[in-house]
Amino acid sequence: MIQPAKPADLVTVNVDGKDIAVPKGTNVIEAARQLGIDIPHYCYHPKLTIVGNCRMCLIEMGLPAVDPATKAPIVDPATGKPKINWMPRPQIGCGTNASPGLHIRTTSPLVKDCREGVMEFLLINHPLDCPICDQAGECKLQEQSTGYGRGYSRFVEQKNVKPKRTQLGPRVTLDDERCILCSRCIRFSKEIAKDDVLGFIDRGSYSTLTCYPGRKLENNYSLNTVDICPVGALTSTDFRFKMRVWFLKQTNSIDTESSVGANTVVWSREGAIYRITPRRNDEVNDTWMADSGRELFKAVKAADRLTAIKVNGADSELDIAINAATQLCKEGGVAVVGSGRSSVEEQFLTKKLADTLKASTFLVSWVGQGDKLLVSADRNPNVRGALVTGLIKTLPAPKLTDLAAQIDAGKIRTVISVGEDLAAAGLSAVQFAKISVIYLGTHANATSAAAKVVIPTQSVFEKHGTLVNQQFRLQKFAQAVPAPVGTTDDLVVLAKLAGVAVADVGSAWKLIAAEVPALGTMTFVNIPETGLLLDATPWAALPFVEGETLHYKPAVPAAVTA
Amino acid sequence: MADFYFNLPLWFRSLVQGLAVIAVIFPIAGMCSMAERKVSAWLQGRPGPNRALPFWFAWVPVVGPLLQRLGIFHVMADGGKMLFKEDSLPGHVNKFYFILAPIIAMMPALTTVTTVPFGAYFDVAGNVIPLGLARVDIGLLAVFAVSSLGVYSLILAGWASNSKYPFLGGVRASAQLISYELAMTLSVIPVFLWINAPGQPGTMSLARAVEFQSQPGLLGGAWFIFIMPVAALIFLVSLFAETNRHPFDMAEGEADLVGGFHTEYGAFKWGLFFVAEYSHMLIGSGVFTLLFLGGWNPLPWVTLSQLAVWLHVAQLPLVVGVLSIAIFLAKVLALIFFFMWVRWTVPRFRYDQVMEIGWKKLLPLAIANLIAYAIGIAVLQK
Amino acid sequence: MAIIPLERKPLTFVERTYLPGIASGLKTTFKHLFQPKVTMEYPEQRPAISPGYRGVPTLVKDPHGREKCVSCQLCEFVCPPKAIRITPGEVPADQTDRTHVEKAPQAFDIDMLRCIYCGLCQEVCPEEAIFLQNQYSMTGYSRAEMVNDKARLYELGGTLPDAHFKWDKKLVAEQHGNAH
Repeated sequence: MIQPAKPADLVTVNVDGKDIAVPKGTNVIEAARQLGIDIPHYCYHPKLTIVGNCRMCLIEMGLPAVDPATKAPIVDPATGKPKINWMPRPQIGCGTNASPGLHIRTTSPLVKDCREGVMEFLLINHPLDCPICDQAGECKLQEQSTGYGRGYSRFVEQKNVKPKRTQLGPRVTLDDERCILCSRCIRFSKEIAKDDVLGFIDRGSYSTLTCYPGRKLENNYSLNTVDICPVGALTSTDFRFKMRVWFLKQTNSIDTESSVGANTVVWSREGAIYRITPRRNDEVNDTWMADSGRELFKAVKAADRLTAIKVNGADSELDIAINAATQLCKEGGVAVVGSGRSSVEEQFLTKKLADTLKASTFLVSWVGQGDKLLVSADRNPNVRGALVTGLIKTLPAPKLTDLAAQIDAGKIRTVISVGEDLAAAGLSAVQFAKISVIYLGTHANATSAAAKVVIPTQSVFEKHGTLVNQQFRLQKFAQAVPAPVGTTDDLVVLAKLAGVAVADVGSAWKLIAAEVPALGTMTFVNIPETGLLLDATPWAALPFVEGETLHYKPAVPAAVTA
Repeated sequence: MADFYFNLPLWFRSLVQGLAVIAVIFPIAGMCSMAERKVSAWLQGRPGPNRALPFWFAWVPVVGPLLQRLGIFHVMADGGKMLFKEDSLPGHVNKFYFILAPIIAMMPALTTVTTVPFGAYFDVAGNVIPLGLARVDIGLLAVFAVSSLGVYSLILAGWASNSKYPFLGGVRASAQLISYELAMTLSVIPVFLWINAPGQPGTMSLARAVEFQSQPGLLGGAWFIFIMPVAALIFLVSLFAETNRHPFDMAEGEADLVGGFHTEYGAFKWGLFFVAEYSHMLIGSGVFTLLFLGGWNPLPWVTLSQLAVWLHVAQLPLVVGVLSIAIFLAKVLALIFFFMWVRWTVPRFRYDQVMEIGWKKLLPLAIANLIAYAIGIAVLQK
Repeated sequence: MAIIPLERKPLTFVERTYLPGIASGLKTTFKHLFQPKVTMEYPEQRPAISPGYRGVPTLVKDPHGREKCVSCQLCEFVCPPKAIRITPGEVPADQTDRTHVEKAPQAFDIDMLRCIYCGLCQEVCPEEAIFLQNQYSMTGYSRAEMVNDKARLYELGGTLPDAHFKWDKKLVAEQHGNAH
């Protein structure tokens, strides 16, 4: 792991004749990466411990020659440069740390020879599975074969037979023949997931990856082993044989299952999402994400998806529905139930809507069990966005008891719900009967069934926007697939209801930058892909519900123990 | 029966005769389109269209397959197709003139027929009576005057189509027709100088030209193509240009103008242009036959009357009439074949070459030819 | 390379009139009127298909009548006009002699309105399952008819000889087990 270093900790190393200053302790693979030099490797992973068992990253290493008597560097009289003592044997790059004056060769004939030798050994027992292997296209073994492979096999003996199609757990399928024994999955389970179920049995070329007898790889992070597997040994049962990765379009997105806001990549083809994988962000989720977050895309094509605009139960059109909603709001006694699942832009427009209607605003807190890693207790991805945009001043309550009381008192007659199921949030059938509901949401539920006006909106995969995670980090997500016919961007619907001229995220941000002090001078395109940390001090004293996660420590002890 | 016919009112007879001629011209023009396809195929080593066969005709032995191989039924199929396919009218055209143009194309083509004699018979006194719809003395002048109107249809079509290629085609057609009209007219003047002796009432009658080629004697029986070959050549070349035939079909050169003036036309309107072009060819060939190829005389120095006497049919006007028409038509169709033969042999000229041939070559040649024959005839007829 | 200047002779007067040229041209074309016709009368006469002909792409089965395609989608990837569309899937459990292959196409469509007969799919196929064979006449009355689905592709393709049987060898090795 690279820690930010003080200049004093920097050491200069030389890779292929180029000098670079790197923090002390950086290994050679990372140092070379900073120079744009790729050292092939399988078992090394920047977020896992180093074991050095694949031998692919072999490099030549040398240190400046030192006079034994004076300890002064010896200068080569021929070149005028310090003389380098090259080690006769190659070293592994992952296990070699930067030290002052370290010299590395990554392109010498010895290194090339080593890589070709390692590749040939790795391929001895590797099956010719590429046509049916899901890893094809993102397989390190394939990639290195093109660089260092022989193109034909000298191995005339019978290849080893190992179990294929082993179900390691509910979501992971193992093909042991393809395994190159890098042990990344074992280290991940032990070090990150803290669920030490994987291990090798047998010796030599019979070594086989298996689960501990009687156990399964079924923790909520099991699919990360599929991500880090450099070959096609561990495959996702869900994604298995679904689509070749080279057909898939990658879109950067954010995991919305909790306030951690893990960075993700959405893989889609022709409007259909096939899988979600984590995107590296060392400040948020490293290179991991929870299995539960990878299932979220299935809601996009769910059967209960709302695709028809309804007014009083009859199919309608957007402008008519907006008019009907406006008429309902004119009667007064309006409450707006915003959502911690909306994007910052939508929350901003929700606030504008509430201001226009002089309505009271509510937010629902959805709380679950935090796992101290990448799923937090706060299952709303954007409660802090509501604070930043001023939609709420205090943290939301789990149930809408205030709203229920006001309805009972007859003060509220119309409720606009931005994607929140009011029934699940504590409103009874009696209270529903007293109010007219305007529902903006993606999926059918009790509230949409009871609503007078239903306007189908779009999921996080179908629109652009930003979320503020638990660290007050502003992160943006992009549209991965086109939205189903009949749905409208939440931004557009809210803007029309509020009477604001906003057509897309860009125009929304012009307004936001002008009206929200914390987000002034910002535009949507300028938000970096790794997120932007906002000043959290105004809300530092609030008792947020989250406990500790991978890169987050609560400032105030959690109100609800997670 | 003949008496009954001649007792009918004149207007009725003219109508019947006119319709009869149109009824002959139209199918011949249609057949020419098939002949064009067949001749082009044969000249190129292909069998040509030989598929269409009505199912009820397939049973006829020998004749059925023969007609099929000759592609006769393709004519009907083409005609039926052109009649019944969608006659689309492009949205950007001037609709009135767009529809008017093909009609105008047909009118001069059919009108000129009236002044072209196509056969002859002998009355009781042995006089040659030419067969024709209108026995007008201006003859050739009428043909020239009316057939030149045909170019208006091309210009109208090109202009009304409101599209650049038809427009260019129309402009080319007008320029080309004007250029070759001059040479063509000048080339026939020697013929009429020859026919019209000084001091006698003059004539432009085409029948008279045939009569002149039917005289006894070496010079009298010779066709004018032998007497004035240069004039015949000029007339023939100009005829190619006037009828927009290869190698002078600048108005519809598909390589540079898509379809030329008829690019925007389809279905029956296009078919009318097509038939008009063949009608023009028929009439042009007829005039050429009358002027230079001895009209209805079977061979040079062998006249129709001689043939009739040899065949012992001189006293049967109907037989002589049919015989003369057959001889005349054979010559015309041979010329039409020549038109096609040239089309599939000679590549198309460039437009500047067409203009150069017309103005710089044919016109001076025609003037020189006229002056030479004028002097020659003046000397001979002194 | 030496340059050989060719002298172009000036045309004589007769040649410049263009008439002898036309006459000789007419003679040549006239001769063709009477020469035998060389056209092949298509539906009755059929051309001889030379080896290596690239006709309609088809899917073939191995000599045991088993599906060869494993839906690796390389042909779909390489296809320049994007005529191929594959939905991958698992080998059905009832094909007991093929379950070890694991993967097979659920659906395999080739849009013959898009196909350009380039043969790249045949060239790229790692399983020798797709071949451009002798079929050259593809017609249909609708766009849907011009899309060959999996059943039609196998019907067109038939069975071709196979020298490798690589999956059978793999199955034998699997049943044989390791040597220890």
